[in-house]
Amino acid sequence: MSASGTPMDPNTRREFLRNGLRVAGLTGAGVAVGVLTHHTASADTVWQIDPRKCLNCSRCATQCVLEQSAVKCVNWFPICGYCDLCTGYFEPQPNGLNTGAENQLCPTSAILRKFVEDPYFEYTIDESLCIGCAKCVEGCRLFGNGSFHLQVRHDRCVNCNECAIAKSCPGDAFYRAPAHDPYFHFTA
Amino acid sequence: MKDPDAIFAPTFRRRGRSSMGWVAAWVCAWVLPHVCRGSELRFPPPDFESGYQMPVTDYPAARGQWLEWMDVGVLIVALGWATWLAFGRRSRRGVTALSMFSLLYFGFYREGCICAIGSVQNVALALGSRDYALPVGVGVFFAAPLLVALFFGRTFCAAVCPHGALQDLVLVKPVTLPKWLESGLGILPFIYLGAGVTFAATGAAFVICRFDPFVPLFRLSGGMGMVLTGGVLLALGLFVGRPYCRFLCPYGALLKVASALSKWRIRVTPDVCTQCRLCPESCPFGVIQEPDSGLTRPRDLAVARRGLVWALAALPLVIAVSAGGGWLFGRVAAQWHPTVALAEDYARQLPPEAVAQLPNPDRLALGRAERQAKELLPRAMELRRQFRTAGLWFGIWTGLVIGIKLISIGMVRRRSEFLPDRTACFACARCFASCPQERIRLGWTPMPEAVGAHLPVHGSNPLPEGKPGGCGCGGGGR
Repeated sequence: MSASGTPMDPNTRREFLRNGLRVAGLTGAGVAVGVLTHHTASADTVWQIDPRKCLNCSRCATQCVLEQSAVKCVNWFPICGYCDLCTGYFEPQPNGLNTGAENQLCPTSAILRKFVEDPYFEYTIDESLCIGCAKCVEGCRLFGNGSFHLQVRHDRCVNCNECAIAKSCPGDAFYRAPAHDPYFHFTA
Repeated sequence: MKDPDAIFAPTFRRRGRSSMGWVAAWVCAWVLPHVCRGSELRFPPPDFESGYQMPVTDYPAARGQWLEWMDVGVLIVALGWATWLAFGRRSRRGVTALSMFSLLYFGFYREGCICAIGSVQNVALALGSRDYALPVGVGVFFAAPLLVALFFGRTFCAAVCPHGALQDLVLVKPVTLPKWLESGLGILPFIYLGAGVTFAATGAAFVICRFDPFVPLFRLSGGMGMVLTGGVLLALGLFVGRPYCRFLCPYGALLKVASALSKWRIRVTPDVCTQCRLCPESCPFGVIQEPDSGLTRPRDLAVARRGLVWALAALPLVIAVSAGGGWLFGRVAAQWHPTVALAEDYARQLPPEAVAQLPNPDRLALGRAERQAKELLPRAMELRRQFRTAGLWFGIWTGLVIGIKLISIGMVRRRSEFLPDRTACFACARCFASCPQERIRLGWTPMPEAVGAHLPVHGSNPLPEGKPGGCGCGGGGR
């Protein structure tokens, strides 16, 4: 650092170092891109629930980062039995098979029961009311066909890196589905 | 499934309205699991005679891929624009306008997700796990701001990051922090980065996302703890400029490293620094450094050299201690992984009465652990091993960060003009307007001869510096 006779001006020296490191950084970035492209998905993935693993524990209602859980119950009509005594709809031992609030299993009255033809009733779910608590899913699984199941609804899900429900799911039922095909298929 | 009846053979009569329904239900519940497995249904779907049409379940599509590419496009355009506004236009108003757009788009429209800060973890997970593939868009969000920083510094922070924009919005009365506090807290982002990468690479948790203070605000929903943290940070941000960016942001740590190598940098003055001392006040983040003639007195130089020798000697010790701490930390941190936590609960073999008191989901999880014990336990052991290794690396990293900080304390750089610290400058463009030279350039101050007499002119420069446009590391010829 003497006044004269320095082999290289510190400015130039620093600039040289900086240039060298920048090139090294760019090379590193290039290598990293190369490595990661072997490991990169062109399509995105989103969260979904495997109903075969779901244990109806009710955490979907409370663990989602959204105020209104992105998980809702869905009735898959092709396997619905259209039962009069729907164990997903009615409390155990209901006073009567009618739509009285005291008879309903759903805490928010989100399931609509509609007469189709004797003795069949159609059960549809009002998604704006469903909280994803899985009480109906449990009832339908225990005694019915299991057409009620929980789904991550993708108009609501914000697709967190780390799904808060998945982290606390006792059945390890959450999986990453391809974004272009984001729902579980019951049959292959 | 096209034809359910073909697949599901009828097994039981449909329940009627009678109380026999429940009996049948119980029979079903107990008998059916043994009788029919898999694809058979308890109640065959009915053949409707009234011409009833089954409702079609709607499946709302996930966010389209093209929207993902739009995010990437917006990012790249915003990055380029921010760089131009800071370097070309030198316009604070433009930077503010763009940052408000970014706050609305990346913040409130995209709800803080997709973001460059969190993408660090995706990259770490993709490198650490075989099952996870990095989406290309996330890769761009990780790499593009860093690449720009390699040439222009942190223009991403200026006007593209919604977190920065939000904190800039609430900043009303900036106070200057003491140097020691600023410098000490400055290592937190590096340690946070190390922790975030450790947890992400082991697949345990995305801590940077989970403890993001502002995303709950963008989503207008979130856990109480994080909402409060965000509120506290914003309240602090009224007086301390961008507290998250300066003392927590893990991506900021990466940007610091990249911008230390940047080819071009923000200079306060467009022309020549007259050392008028107006600009340091204008920076709410206190990054504008005064000119420094370096250590000229031999005694100071000797003290600084001794300090440097001690810091260098301490480096291996600091790293060793920190690595040991990291190893211990890795053992504890393994419990953050849900698989390890479950395996530990299961291996503890709680007595039945204790299990009965657990909340229902935990009991169900223990039941699964029992069924899958053969896969679960070896997997948990493997994860614990990974955590110990990752913890060790985290410790080494932390030691290195502390050691480098110790070394840098004794370092003095020579500077001949007022210049923002290139690693800490957010390129927010606030300082430009404080510079008299800039005001002349913009025509805000007239430049008549009467005023111009005091201005330095190239060639007859009154400054002790022969290279006004230099990188500011000090001229060597003195």
